[in-house]
Amino acid sequence: MIDELAEKEKKERKPVEKEPKNEPRSDSRKIEVAHHEPDASVKKVKMKAEGVCAWFGTKQALFDVNIDINEKAVTAIIGPSGCGKSTLIRCFNRMHETVPGSRFAGDIFLEENSIFDPRMDPVAVRRRVGMVFQKPTPFPTLSIYDNVAVGLRLNGTRDKKTLDEVVEKSLRKAALWEEVKDSLQKAGAALSGGQQQRLCIARSLAVELEVLLMDEPCSALDPISTSKVEELIHELRQNYTIIIVTHNMQQAARVSQKTAFMLNGKLIEYDSTEKVFTNPANKLTEDYITGRFG
Amino acid sequence: MSLSLDATTDGRAEKALPFFSKLAHAGVGDWLFRKLTAFFAFLILFLACLTAFTLWKASVPSIHKMGWSFLTSSDWDPVQEIFGSVPFVYGTLVSSFLALLIATPFGLGISLFLTELAPMKMREPVAFMVETLAAIPSVVYGLWGIFLLAPFMRVHVDPILIKTGLPIFKGPSTGLSLFTAGVILSIMILPTITAISREVFEAVPNAYRESAKALGATNWETIQLAVMKPSKVGILGAVMLALGRALGETMTVTMVIGNTPQVTTNLLAAGHSMASVIANEFSEAVGDIHVAALAEIGLLLMVITLILNVAAHLLVWLTTSKFQR
Ligand SMILES: Nc1ncnc2c1ncn2[C@@H]1O[C@H](COP(=O)(O)OP(=O)(O)OP(=O)(O)O)[C@@H](O)[C@H]1O
Ligand SMILES: [Mg+2]
Repeated sequence: MIDELAEKEKKERKPVEKEPKNEPRSDSRKIEVAHHEPDASVKKVKMKAEGVCAWFGTKQALFDVNIDINEKAVTAIIGPSGCGKSTLIRCFNRMHETVPGSRFAGDIFLEENSIFDPRMDPVAVRRRVGMVFQKPTPFPTLSIYDNVAVGLRLNGTRDKKTLDEVVEKSLRKAALWEEVKDSLQKAGAALSGGQQQRLCIARSLAVELEVLLMDEPCSALDPISTSKVEELIHELRQNYTIIIVTHNMQQAARVSQKTAFMLNGKLIEYDSTEKVFTNPANKLTEDYITGRFG
Repeated sequence: MSLSLDATTDGRAEKALPFFSKLAHAGVGDWLFRKLTAFFAFLILFLACLTAFTLWKASVPSIHKMGWSFLTSSDWDPVQEIFGSVPFVYGTLVSSFLALLIATPFGLGISLFLTELAPMKMREPVAFMVETLAAIPSVVYGLWGIFLLAPFMRVHVDPILIKTGLPIFKGPSTGLSLFTAGVILSIMILPTITAISREVFEAVPNAYRESAKALGATNWETIQLAVMKPSKVGILGAVMLALGRALGETMTVTMVIGNTPQVTTNLLAAGHSMASVIANEFSEAVGDIHVAALAEIGLLLMVITLILNVAAHLLVWLTTSKFQR
């Protein structure tokens, strides 16, 4: 009861807080660009989590997480198993609330708007913030083509030509087109694991996607498929904002510009990938990266 | 090195072993279990064949007398010993398909509600209650049908149906009709459809639901895309099993169908069914040919069930093999 009240209060306070908070944010942004992103154009904050707490029943999985996600960059989230990485990114597209008995407090912004705004439809949020899961999950009864087209069809697009175009474009973006263009009517489930994962990425890209959440997208894949997906992440960074959860620290170092380290539901350190891996500010981060625990 | 050596000696040793010690090697339990289950499987097949053969033998006199006209004639006259099966086949099929038509959407709706939408605490108790319906003896359903459902249909439902002006609903109605039989059958097969489709839906990996939701599917779209589509085969299985039950249901149907051997497109008219005519007339059948004709009806019922099952499997094969080609 008290929790709920506090939550409510927090939410109500939000809009007032928002204005002044924007100032220091833009400052820190400038510093960061100067130091760690020498080649990149000015980075905008695409998503922003403020005081995020999450529960499963009575078990609290996230404690007051604050994080800014840069636009058109890859943000890696690392940390030992069970530290709340999946829970955090599932808050970013409001998937957390689909778990029975789950609870959420705090706020998350997509650009300027809170995704928890009552006028915001979770369905609309999930169209802009897509998700790729650990295990590839192409729909078993659908063909490759239909798997990619499914998001558009949900949108109500029926026009064959539009669908054809978007399917090809998405498959090309997901670096899968050349491999499947002659077998679009085959079952999506008949592809190799790596191809299936890229199919799932293509499926997310087919809708008007802005942010792609990836929850250990390579942990079920062989090394070659993994490097293909990593290459793909590099490509996608040009146009999309990507948050990737990974257990593989080399992978985090390879693909990301910023890295967040989490432990026991708390965000311990968040900085440029280079800094986190070469000169972490927190002792815990250093211990984790050097393999002393986790 | 040592590994490969071990493997070869092992292989040789196995070849050299006499039969019984080989058994001990593989585990007598395994061997016995395999043979035993195979035996049971064949026993089922054997019993089915035996039943068909027995029925065929019993129906020889009728087959001789009536020939193919047994399958095409609508006359059923034990006194003159003219037997045609059409009204019974018709009544069985119409009432059963009517039952499926009513029960399938309800059953699927209930199981979707139970697996996807209902609060956790509600799921088990409601599922248990629905499945209890299956345990009620069919004669009890029949009594309920005569005392409650038939009058209710006559007074409240049938007049509305007649008012629709559709040619399949024509008055006057007595309440004992093909339609009433279909309704009561639908209640009886509801637990079958619900229980099986619930299991099918529960077996769908949660990952599909999550993927659909993450693509921006609404609840209903998620159900269609991630639950119903992958379950097609299973749903068909549930429906077929329910159809099997409806086709063979005897007591309940006898009590509400009106037992009049006629072929009519008017669903509010009385009809008859294959199982009912056997149950009703077998003990009173006098002539050899009458008994044989009833046996032939039984044989026909078996064949129809078989055909429908094969058709269902064909349907499954056609819808799923699309990808393999
Ligand atoms: N559906 C759930 N019901 C109850 N508790 C859950 C559920 N999902 C996660 N948790 C709990 O929440 C905490 C955070 O889980 P989460 O899945 O976010 O961890 P993670 O960092 O993604 O771990 P991993 O690296 O193993 O995927 C864990 O302690 C876990 O036990
Ligand atoms: Mg996880």
